[in-house]
Amino acid sequence: MTDPAILLSLDNITKRFGALVANDAISLDLRESEILALLGENGAGKTTLMNILFGHYVQDEGLVRVRSNGGDMNSLPPGSPGAALAAGVGMVHQHFTLAENLSGLDNIRLGTEPLLSLGRRAMARTRIKSIIAESGLEVDLDRRVADLTVGEKQRIEILKALYRDARVLILDEPTAVLTPQEAEGLFVVLRRLAANGLGVIFISHKLGEVLAVSHRIMVLRGGKKAGELTAAQADRRAIADLMVGKAVAEVTRTPGSIGKALLEFDDVCLGKPSTRTALSHVSFKLRAGEIVALAGISGNGQTTIAALLSGLAVPDSGTLRLDGQPMTRTSPRRLVEAGFARMPEDRQHDGVVGTMSVAENIAIEDVRSPELSRFGFLNRNAMQTRAQSAIAAYDVRCPGPDAEARLLSGGNVQKLILARVLEREPRIILANQPTRGLDIGAQAEVHRRILAARDRGAAVLVISEDLDELFALADRFLVIHAGEVVEAGPADALDRATIGLLMAGQSHTTEPLAQ
Amino acid sequence: MDVLLDIFASANFWAAAIRIATPLIFGVLGALICERAGVLNLGIEGIFVAGAMAGWLAVYLGAGLWGGVLIAALAGALFGLLHAFLTVILGLSQHVSGIGITLLATSASYFTYRTTLPDVSSPPRIAPFQPIAVPGLSDLPFIGPALFQQTLLTWLALVLVAIVAFVLYRTPLGLAIRAVGDNPASVEAQGLSVRGLRIGAVVIGSALMALGGAFLTMSAFDAFFFGMVNGRGWICIALVVFASWQPGKALLGALLFGAFDAFQIRLQAEIGQVVPGQVFLMMPYLLSILALVLVARKADYPRALLQPWTKGQRH
Repeated sequence: MTDPAILLSLDNITKRFGALVANDAISLDLRESEILALLGENGAGKTTLMNILFGHYVQDEGLVRVRSNGGDMNSLPPGSPGAALAAGVGMVHQHFTLAENLSGLDNIRLGTEPLLSLGRRAMARTRIKSIIAESGLEVDLDRRVADLTVGEKQRIEILKALYRDARVLILDEPTAVLTPQEAEGLFVVLRRLAANGLGVIFISHKLGEVLAVSHRIMVLRGGKKAGELTAAQADRRAIADLMVGKAVAEVTRTPGSIGKALLEFDDVCLGKPSTRTALSHVSFKLRAGEIVALAGISGNGQTTIAALLSGLAVPDSGTLRLDGQPMTRTSPRRLVEAGFARMPEDRQHDGVVGTMSVAENIAIEDVRSPELSRFGFLNRNAMQTRAQSAIAAYDVRCPGPDAEARLLSGGNVQKLILARVLEREPRIILANQPTRGLDIGAQAEVHRRILAARDRGAAVLVISEDLDELFALADRFLVIHAGEVVEAGPADALDRATIGLLMAGQSHTTEPLAQ
Repeated sequence: MDVLLDIFASANFWAAAIRIATPLIFGVLGALICERAGVLNLGIEGIFVAGAMAGWLAVYLGAGLWGGVLIAALAGALFGLLHAFLTVILGLSQHVSGIGITLLATSASYFTYRTTLPDVSSPPRIAPFQPIAVPGLSDLPFIGPALFQQTLLTWLALVLVAIVAFVLYRTPLGLAIRAVGDNPASVEAQGLSVRGLRIGAVVIGSALMALGGAFLTMSAFDAFFFGMVNGRGWICIALVVFASWQPGKALLGALLFGAFDAFQIRLQAEIGQVVPGQVFLMMPYLLSILALVLVARKADYPRALLQPWTKGQRH
């Protein structure tokens, strides 16, 4: 038997952004019916490569060639999404490119009919219906996209590509926003599409799903091809080492010793019920020496819990208790003084003041202490000294204490925040999406620090959409859905599927619905 | 009470309401098209002036009435092109560019008027559009007489409401315009040109705005005065929000405003001795603020309004 035909080939693609070489002479082939995973850390060049393939960026060197219907390999003109679409390349972006004010049907039709015509809505509907029947991408075509779930929006995106007869489908981090069940559903669809001849390129940095769905894996590192292997040969360690370029020290979690309850939510309600930010009757405890995971799909009330723990909101009803005493009149400053540490979700925006220096950002929560100010005047020397030791201790890569914080990469901003909040030996830590967008090395560092704080006796609440992260850290799980928090139990007794069902709003006690 | 009844029962009142609404219908449709594509066009006030001046001057210099309408639309399109260049191509602030266009278009119009007609003391007149009777419609009781007093430009405005609604909601072009104002990335990813759509929308929208101005000098009046636009453009900007960016509601909003305005003129005549005239002049504006407060708080803005789009940039 001969190999399936090559659908797409990238030939020595090089792309530079200033001095940075984002892609350095990368070549790859994609065959019919093949699912190719493109793995790499943030900044490895995966998304840049795909944006070149799809015409969003123009490469400095190299060729993109796509097989035509006749079987010839034709090169694509650079920088033209229209040409890529016409050649049968479809892309599902990490951030969906949907017009939320239009229906799913209209989003799929958009750009497929001559602008100055009456359109062919009914014909389009019939064709999309048959694509849905064939692929299993069930979705309500007439609802406004704004009212669809993230999983449904993604299905619309895939349908957009299939409606244009895509023979190559590129998915950029498609599972980042899905529940485990939705992700599994996506894999089923992808296998089915591949079986029908579609070539799929699947960009990810999650090893587990890559091994589960792909036939072949290509690893990028620092803009270069670091290795290529079939899924059958691959194992997690080997791939992780390829991605990082050196052996990754695993973070190990030892059982902690759990102390008394430090913080209690007692029947807390906040906001209008059924809005994305509301909380309804939330009760849970955070105990000393314990890491508690708050799992959930984003937009189910996590931001409100984070706001409460940051002193940015107060409950409409119910009580927050610190050491058994009700907390009244909270403010961010009071919370910091009471020993709260906050790692905000949007660290670049809420975690640092970009135009202020690294030293100022490290001192910012503590400027009233006698060490850093006297009679209301800042002690610049003390700030510098503190910044220098923090930069060294937390490995914050920056030109120096006087560098503006906005120039730091995401991982280094997070290390700066860790340095700021952990040096004060906080008793209660809110870690909101602590490693989102960080590479494996920085992730491990953040996890180590959080575990060390727990071992010191801090109570930690970790909010994350990444279940792997939560399982790596947590002693106990809470799951939030539609503003309600359920206690899922100790981490050791749970698996991903159970958490996934709770995230989707099905309670423990009822049988999961047949899919 | 009798006074109010008399006012509302008179065909003249409704005729005036429609006449006052006509320039607003043009303007609000134009602003709506621009904003649906994601571009706020605060040049509208100046484009009204430019349309009023250009259309009138063309007729005064010998072009036919429809020739004047065409010239006015071209003048509007030209300023629209400038606005599109500044905001869509260069990605500059839409507020600043729009206000700049208003100042520029207003001054350029006055300048052209003064230099073309240096010696006139009172504004020269032209023969404006005349009211026409539409067979059938004009015989209807009550609304017949109100419509009977309108000119072809008013009919054009009404027909344009239907055309704009049809294009926006029933054609692939309208789909693309609505999409580009919500999320330009959706349009780009489907192989269409974000810039092309936005430039086109701003140019067409600005041409419609200019027709609103042309109506003032070629139908409502027969001459060009300084200050005659008098904030009508700004009212259109408010009406778009009131209308939630929908052509049908835009028509309703313009007619409501026209009715308020016609009403205050008549009320002034009836009880003007007791209440100072300025109170009446304020009324339509106060009511439009009130209407905005009631409607616009839950307004569904085009999500990409005011956001420039740069190809290849991450959003």
